[in-house]
Amino acid sequence: MHLILFLLFAGLCLAGAINLLLQSHPINSALSLIVVMTSLAVLYLMLGAEFLAAAQVIVYAGAIMVLFTFVIMLLNASREERTLGSKAARRVGFPAVTAILAVIATVILKAQGLGAAKLSDGLTDAKGATNLEVLSTVLFTKLLLPFEVTSVLILIAILGAVALASHDGSKPEGRTGGR
Amino acid sequence: MNLNFAQEVPLSWYLILSAILFSLGVVGFLIKRNLITVFMSIELMLNGVNLSFVTFAQQWHEVKGQIFVFFVMMVAAAEAAVGLAIIIAVFRARATLAVDRIDLMKL
Repeated sequence: MHLILFLLFAGLCLAGAINLLLQSHPINSALSLIVVMTSLAVLYLMLGAEFLAAAQVIVYAGAIMVLFTFVIMLLNASREERTLGSKAARRVGFPAVTAILAVIATVILKAQGLGAAKLSDGLTDAKGATNLEVLSTVLFTKLLLPFEVTSVLILIAILGAVALASHDGSKPEGRTGGR
Repeated sequence: MNLNFAQEVPLSWYLILSAILFSLGVVGFLIKRNLITVFMSIELMLNGVNLSFVTFAQQWHEVKGQIFVFFVMMVAAAEAAVGLAIIIAVFRARATLAVDRIDLMKL
Protein backbone atom coordinates (compact mmCIF):
# COMPACT_ATOMS: atom_id res chain seq x y z
CA MET A 1 0.00 0.00 0.00
CA HIS A 2 2.73 2.43 1.01
CA LEU A 3 4.79 1.50 -2.02
CA ILE A 4 1.86 2.03 -4.38
CA LEU A 5 1.06 5.40 -2.82
CA PHE A 6 4.72 6.42 -2.93
CA LEU A 7 5.15 5.44 -6.58
CA LEU A 8 1.90 7.16 -7.54
CA PHE A 9 2.63 10.46 -5.86
CA ALA A 10 6.38 10.49 -6.55
CA GLY A 11 5.53 9.93 -10.22
CA LEU A 12 2.95 12.71 -10.10
CA CYS A 13 5.52 14.95 -8.43
CA LEU A 14 8.20 14.28 -11.06
CA ALA A 15 5.70 14.59 -13.92
CA GLY A 16 4.59 17.97 -12.57
CA ALA A 17 8.18 19.16 -12.18
CA ILE A 18 9.13 18.07 -15.71
CA ASN A 19 5.93 19.62 -17.07
CA LEU A 20 6.90 22.87 -15.35
CA LEU A 21 10.09 22.91 -17.40
CA LEU A 22 8.44 21.93 -20.68
CA GLN A 23 5.48 24.31 -20.67
CA SER A 24 6.11 27.65 -22.32
CA HIS A 25 3.16 29.52 -20.83
CA PRO A 26 3.70 30.60 -17.20
CA ILE A 27 0.16 29.76 -16.11
CA ASN A 28 0.67 26.12 -17.17
CA SER A 29 3.92 26.05 -15.23
CA ALA A 30 2.14 27.43 -12.16
CA LEU A 31 -0.56 24.76 -12.37
CA SER A 32 2.14 22.05 -12.68
CA LEU A 33 3.82 23.48 -9.59
CA ILE A 34 0.52 23.14 -7.70
CA VAL A 35 0.46 19.45 -8.68
CA VAL A 36 4.03 19.07 -7.38
CA MET A 37 3.24 20.73 -4.06
CA THR A 38 0.03 18.79 -3.47
CA SER A 39 1.71 15.46 -4.14
CA LEU A 40 4.53 16.51 -1.82
CA ALA A 41 1.89 17.07 0.86
CA VAL A 42 0.80 13.44 0.44
CA LEU A 43 4.43 12.32 0.72
CA TYR A 44 4.78 14.32 3.97
CA LEU A 45 1.68 12.57 5.26
CA MET A 46 3.26 9.20 4.49
CA LEU A 47 6.42 10.29 6.31
CA GLY A 48 4.36 10.95 9.44
CA ALA A 49 4.29 14.74 9.27
CA GLU A 50 0.58 15.53 9.35
CA PHE A 51 0.97 19.15 10.36
CA LEU A 52 3.45 19.85 7.58
CA ALA A 53 1.17 18.18 5.04
CA ALA A 54 -1.65 20.51 6.05
CA ALA A 55 0.68 23.51 6.08
CA GLN A 56 2.03 22.53 2.67
CA VAL A 57 -1.46 22.50 1.18
CA ILE A 58 -2.54 25.72 2.91
CA VAL A 59 0.63 27.79 2.63
CA TYR A 60 2.30 26.53 -0.54
CA ALA A 61 -0.45 25.13 -2.75
CA GLY A 62 -2.91 27.67 -1.39
CA ALA A 63 -1.42 31.02 -0.53
CA ILE A 64 1.84 31.15 -2.46
CA MET A 65 0.51 29.66 -5.68
CA VAL A 66 -2.58 31.87 -5.58
CA LEU A 67 -0.17 34.80 -5.39
CA PHE A 68 1.77 33.42 -8.37
CA THR A 69 -1.30 32.88 -10.55
CA PHE A 70 -2.63 36.28 -9.51
CA VAL A 71 0.58 38.00 -10.61
CA ILE A 72 0.72 36.01 -13.86
CA MET A 73 -2.83 37.06 -14.72
CA LEU A 74 -2.29 40.64 -13.52
CA LEU A 75 0.77 41.11 -15.71
CA ASN A 76 -0.88 39.18 -18.55
CA ALA A 77 2.29 37.16 -19.02
CA SER A 78 2.47 35.72 -22.50
CA ARG A 79 4.35 32.74 -23.87
CA GLU A 80 8.05 32.99 -23.33
CA GLU A 81 10.26 32.96 -26.36
CA ARG A 82 12.64 30.05 -26.27
CA THR A 83 16.27 30.91 -26.33
CA LEU A 84 19.03 28.51 -25.64
CA GLY A 85 20.09 30.24 -22.47
CA SER A 86 23.42 31.80 -21.87
CA LYS A 87 26.77 30.28 -22.71
CA ALA A 88 27.59 30.01 -19.03
CA ALA A 89 24.42 28.00 -18.44
CA ARG A 90 25.24 25.56 -21.24
CA ARG A 91 28.95 25.12 -20.55
CA VAL A 92 29.03 25.20 -16.75
CA GLY A 93 25.43 24.94 -15.54
CA PHE A 94 24.20 21.66 -16.96
CA PRO A 95 27.39 19.67 -16.31
CA ALA A 96 27.40 21.06 -12.78
CA VAL A 97 23.76 20.05 -12.22
CA THR A 98 24.44 16.55 -13.54
CA ALA A 99 27.52 16.25 -11.35
CA ILE A 100 25.68 17.44 -8.24
CA LEU A 101 22.80 15.03 -8.84
CA ALA A 102 25.24 12.16 -9.42
CA VAL A 103 27.18 12.95 -6.24
CA ILE A 104 24.03 13.27 -4.11
CA ALA A 105 22.55 10.06 -5.50
CA THR A 106 25.79 8.17 -4.92
CA VAL A 107 26.05 9.40 -1.35
CA ILE A 108 22.43 8.50 -0.61
CA LEU A 109 22.71 5.05 -2.15
CA LYS A 110 25.95 4.33 -0.31
CA ALA A 111 24.62 5.58 3.00
CA GLN A 112 24.22 2.91 5.63
CA GLY A 113 21.60 2.83 8.32
CA LEU A 114 18.87 4.60 6.44
CA GLY A 115 15.63 3.06 7.56
CA ALA A 116 12.34 2.59 5.81
CA ALA A 117 9.09 4.42 6.24
CA LYS A 118 5.94 2.59 7.20
CA LEU A 119 2.43 3.89 7.12
CA SER A 120 1.16 5.11 10.49
CA ASP A 121 4.72 5.43 11.68
CA GLY A 122 4.57 8.98 12.90
CA LEU A 123 6.90 10.66 15.30
CA THR A 124 6.05 9.86 18.87
CA ASP A 125 8.05 10.50 21.98
CA ALA A 126 8.51 8.14 24.91
CA LYS A 127 5.25 9.19 26.55
CA GLY A 128 3.29 8.43 23.42
CA ALA A 129 2.46 12.01 22.55
CA THR A 130 1.61 12.42 18.89
CA ASN A 131 3.66 14.24 16.34
CA LEU A 132 1.60 17.40 16.48
CA GLU A 133 1.83 17.57 20.26
CA VAL A 134 5.60 17.15 20.22
CA LEU A 135 6.01 19.70 17.47
CA SER A 136 3.84 22.33 19.11
CA THR A 137 5.47 21.79 22.50
CA VAL A 138 8.93 22.42 21.05
CA LEU A 139 7.70 25.28 18.90
CA PHE A 140 5.99 27.17 21.70
CA THR A 141 8.48 26.54 24.48
CA LYS A 142 12.04 26.17 23.26
CA LEU A 143 11.62 27.98 19.97
CA LEU A 144 9.17 30.68 20.99
CA LEU A 145 11.51 33.54 20.14
CA PRO A 146 12.28 32.36 16.56
CA PHE A 147 8.56 31.76 16.07
CA GLU A 148 7.71 35.31 17.08
CA VAL A 149 10.58 36.70 15.02
CA THR A 150 9.09 34.87 12.04
CA SER A 151 5.82 36.74 12.51
CA VAL A 152 7.73 40.02 12.54
CA LEU A 153 9.48 38.89 9.35
CA ILE A 154 6.12 38.21 7.69
CA LEU A 155 4.89 41.64 8.78
CA ILE A 156 7.96 43.34 7.32
CA ALA A 157 7.55 41.32 4.12
CA ILE A 158 3.94 42.49 3.80
CA LEU A 159 4.96 46.10 4.29
CA GLY A 160 7.82 45.71 1.82
CA ALA A 161 5.56 44.10 -0.77
CA VAL A 162 3.01 46.89 -0.43
CA ALA A 163 5.71 49.55 -0.65
CA LEU A 164 7.33 47.93 -3.71
CA ALA A 165 4.15 47.18 -5.62
CA SER A 166 2.30 50.42 -4.92
CA HIS A 167 5.11 52.71 -5.99
CA ASP A 168 3.97 54.05 -9.34
CA GLY A 169 7.40 54.35 -10.80
CA SER A 170 8.54 55.40 -14.24
CA LYS A 171 5.20 55.75 -15.96
CA PRO A 172 5.38 59.00 -17.88
CA GLU A 173 1.71 60.04 -17.83
CA GLY A 174 0.53 58.04 -14.85
CA ARG A 175 2.22 60.38 -12.39
CA THR A 176 -0.29 62.29 -10.35
CA GLY A 177 0.78 65.12 -8.11
CA GLY A 178 2.69 64.07 -5.02
CA ARG A 179 3.62 60.53 -6.02
CA MET B 1 18.01 -4.40 1.63
CA ASN B 2 15.63 -7.22 2.29
CA LEU B 3 12.56 -5.19 2.95
CA ASN B 4 8.97 -6.12 2.70
CA PHE B 5 8.19 -3.87 -0.23
CA ALA B 6 4.44 -4.03 0.12
CA GLN B 7 4.63 -2.50 3.59
CA GLU B 8 7.40 0.03 3.57
CA VAL B 9 9.47 2.23 1.31
CA PRO B 10 13.20 2.79 1.85
CA LEU B 11 13.89 6.34 2.93
CA SER B 12 16.64 6.59 0.33
CA TRP B 13 13.93 6.69 -2.34
CA TYR B 14 12.49 9.79 -0.75
CA LEU B 15 15.97 11.33 -0.64
CA ILE B 16 16.59 10.50 -4.31
CA LEU B 17 13.23 12.06 -5.16
CA SER B 18 14.19 15.22 -3.31
CA ALA B 19 17.57 15.35 -5.08
CA ILE B 20 15.85 14.98 -8.46
CA LEU B 21 13.35 17.72 -7.59
CA PHE B 22 16.18 20.04 -6.57
CA SER B 23 18.08 19.32 -9.80
CA LEU B 24 14.96 19.93 -11.89
CA GLY B 25 14.61 23.25 -10.09
CA VAL B 26 18.19 24.19 -10.97
CA VAL B 27 17.64 23.17 -14.60
CA GLY B 28 14.46 25.26 -14.70
CA PHE B 29 16.35 28.19 -13.23
CA LEU B 30 18.87 27.87 -16.06
CA ILE B 31 16.61 27.23 -19.05
CA LYS B 32 13.47 29.25 -18.34
CA ARG B 33 13.38 32.71 -19.87
CA ASN B 34 10.40 34.12 -18.00
CA LEU B 35 10.98 35.92 -14.74
CA ILE B 36 7.96 34.36 -12.99
CA THR B 37 8.87 30.85 -14.13
CA VAL B 38 12.42 31.33 -12.89
CA PHE B 39 10.96 32.28 -9.53
CA MET B 40 8.77 29.16 -9.59
CA SER B 41 11.89 27.05 -10.17
CA ILE B 42 13.31 28.50 -6.95
CA GLU B 43 10.15 27.39 -5.14
CA LEU B 44 10.64 23.92 -6.63
CA MET B 45 14.17 23.80 -5.19
CA LEU B 46 12.86 24.85 -1.77
CA ASN B 47 10.30 22.07 -1.91
CA GLY B 48 12.93 19.49 -2.81
CA VAL B 49 15.02 20.48 0.20
CA ASN B 50 11.94 20.42 2.46
CA LEU B 51 11.24 16.83 1.43
CA SER B 52 14.72 15.75 2.48
CA PHE B 53 14.28 17.56 5.84
CA VAL B 54 11.05 15.66 6.50
CA THR B 55 12.69 12.40 5.45
CA PHE B 56 15.55 12.86 7.90
CA ALA B 57 13.10 13.85 10.63
CA GLN B 58 11.42 10.50 10.06
CA GLN B 59 14.76 8.68 9.98
CA TRP B 60 16.06 10.01 13.30
CA HIS B 61 12.65 10.39 14.95
CA GLU B 62 13.48 14.00 15.62
CA VAL B 63 10.94 16.77 15.47
CA LYS B 64 13.57 19.41 14.71
CA GLY B 65 13.60 18.61 11.01
CA GLN B 66 9.89 19.26 10.77
CA ILE B 67 10.24 22.52 12.66
CA PHE B 68 12.93 23.56 10.21
CA VAL B 69 10.55 22.84 7.34
CA PHE B 70 7.92 24.97 9.08
CA PHE B 71 10.30 27.92 9.24
CA VAL B 72 11.39 27.38 5.64
CA MET B 73 7.72 27.56 4.62
CA MET B 74 7.22 30.82 6.48
CA VAL B 75 10.34 32.35 4.96
CA ALA B 76 9.26 31.11 1.52
CA ALA B 77 5.90 32.83 1.96
CA ALA B 78 7.62 36.11 2.84
CA GLU B 79 10.06 35.64 -0.03
CA ALA B 80 7.25 34.98 -2.51
CA ALA B 81 5.39 38.13 -1.43
CA VAL B 82 8.45 40.36 -1.74
CA GLY B 83 9.70 38.66 -4.92
CA LEU B 84 6.40 39.01 -6.72
CA ALA B 85 6.20 42.66 -5.67
CA ILE B 86 9.67 43.17 -7.15
CA ILE B 87 8.52 41.41 -10.34
CA ILE B 88 5.55 43.78 -10.57
CA ALA B 89 7.87 46.76 -10.09
CA VAL B 90 10.26 45.44 -12.77
CA PHE B 91 7.36 44.90 -15.17
CA ARG B 92 6.19 48.48 -14.57
CA ALA B 93 9.63 49.85 -15.31
CA ARG B 94 10.59 47.64 -18.29
CA ALA B 95 7.23 46.35 -19.62
CA THR B 96 8.69 42.88 -20.12
CA LEU B 97 9.18 39.69 -18.14
CA ALA B 98 11.84 38.15 -20.39
CA VAL B 99 15.05 37.78 -18.42
CA ASP B 100 17.12 38.39 -21.55
CA ARG B 101 15.80 41.95 -21.75
CA ILE B 102 16.22 42.72 -18.06
CA ASP B 103 19.99 43.03 -18.26
CA LEU B 104 20.72 46.44 -16.81
CA MET B 105 23.17 45.04 -14.27
CA LYS B 106 24.84 42.65 -16.69
CA LEU B 107 28.51 43.21 -17.38
